[in-house]
Amino acid sequence: MGLEAKLQQDGFITTTIDAVVAWARKSSVWPMPMGISCCAIEMIAAADPKYDIARFGSEVMRFTPRQCDLMIVAGTVTYKMAQVVRRIYDQMPEPKWVIAMGACTSSGGMYRSYSVVQGIDQFLPVDVYTAGCPPRPENLLNALMTIQEKIGKTKARDFQNRTLADLELAQN
Amino acid sequence: MDLKELIVEKVKEKFGSALEEVTDFRDDLSLTIKKDQIVALGKFLKEDPDLEFIMCRDITAIDWATRKKRFTAVYHVYSFKLNYTLRLKANIDDDPPTIQTVTSVWRSADWYERETFDMYGIKFINHPDLRRMYMPEGFEYHPLRKDFPVLGIPGSLPLPKRAE
Ligand code: SF4
Repeated sequence: MGLEAKLQQDGFITTTIDAVVAWARKSSVWPMPMGISCCAIEMIAAADPKYDIARFGSEVMRFTPRQCDLMIVAGTVTYKMAQVVRRIYDQMPEPKWVIAMGACTSSGGMYRSYSVVQGIDQFLPVDVYTAGCPPRPENLLNALMTIQEKIGKTKARDFQNRTLADLELAQN
Repeated sequence: MDLKELIVEKVKEKFGSALEEVTDFRDDLSLTIKKDQIVALGKFLKEDPDLEFIMCRDITAIDWATRKKRFTAVYHVYSFKLNYTLRLKANIDDDPPTIQTVTSVWRSADWYERETFDMYGIKFINHPDLRRMYMPEGFEYHPLRKDFPVLGIPGSLPLPKRAE
């Protein structure tokens, strides 16, 4: 890689803290697999050797929200489940991002009914919406790359000075 | 004797006029019973040595919307001995609708009745644990009733507050 070659020449490189932190963050986005229904199967497929989400540094699917910074909401969110999804989201440490995977999470999808939330952006701040029912793994990887691009543009100070009240950790 | 004739004969003999209707449509036998006799009928069908309907497969209901007896509770019971599925029905006319639970006869009826309560609001008297099954606790409506709009009632199901 270019980095080693550079180090052999001069022994040091110059950069900014922001660039290093953003680069580290975007290269190790640990997902919280919120696989609620059929979309989860495609999310799992994205992790298998054929699609290999590890190429993007995101192979570490953590089943505890405390170790994640990306929530992939993959599946139909009912009003009953919305409370749980939000509670798990609240437990994730800042900074954090959300992918709404599939038609159901983005808009309610084909479930135009009393029990399904018509779009999770009613209670979560969504960063990337993924079209499809279900979206193909490539589509999820594309969403991940879009998130990486977004993270790459952040600065360390974007996430400072947030009080507990800001984070709304308290139960709603 | 034919299987269906045997069942009808036995039930008629035991319950007489409480047996309101017998229909046989496409080989499906349905018995409609007065609702206060449903537990007795279940017990009889289960314990009679010739019948032994020991398995309750499903309980649901029908909302007729405009009929005077608005709800009908429907039970599907199965006999391994006869390899036969029988349908029982009971018309419910009171408001709010109530009927005796059959959990004392078939334990499997427990969750079926909870589901029916959740979806239709039929109260099963003496049920050991009549809570909602699918909808969240505290929800006030019963979604499979005909007067419930398919898109739900706005504001009836709370969402968490939107984060920033
Ligand atoms: S978008 Fe399609 S595949 Fe995904 S959860 Fe909804 S119904 Fe299932």
